[in-house]
Amino acid sequence: MYLGKVLGTVVATNRVPGLEGARFLLVQPLDHANQPTGPVEVSVDLASASPGTLVMLEGSREAAVACNPSFVPVDSAIVGIVDEVDV
Amino acid sequence: MNLCKVLGTVVASEKLPVFVGRKILVVQPLDEHQQPIGKSYLAIDNISSAGKGDTVLVMNEGGGVRMTLKDPNAPIRALIVGVVDSVDVA
Repeated sequence: MYLGKVLGTVVATNRVPGLEGARFLLVQPLDHANQPTGPVEVSVDLASASPGTLVMLEGSREAAVACNPSFVPVDSAIVGIVDEVDV
Repeated sequence: MNLCKVLGTVVASEKLPVFVGRKILVVQPLDEHQQPIGKSYLAIDNISSAGKGDTVLVMNEGGGVRMTLKDPNAPIRALIVGVVDSVDVA
């Protein structure tokens, strides 16, 4: 898992089966010091996040495991909204 | 598995049910000389005794984590499976 900041929303009407109803958000992955760690990515939102919030994300196969159904082409999912990071 | 240093904790009240009751820690991967290498990430603490400043053993493979937790649906990739007492490099 890793931290990220939600930058905005992505709308895609035409999508593959299994992703109906999924909400896509644009996310900037961050490290513990709130510094960007890589390119911006599109994540499936499973935690009702909104733009501007700090979130935790799961990547690769585990992102799809978090989805229902889980056999979907997803490689990044928002699994929680972060209240506080104490480092 | 990787050697990591625990940098701190993450508090998230709104999260998937599978994470409820699990400790989430920020970890920094270390090289063989225990110097930071690569970017920090979040790991779930399975031994619940790891704390800030500890060097820990992090399993970084989802299939193994799901076996360890005995939950085939756990969306968890990084799991802290040990606290390191010492590393001896020749």
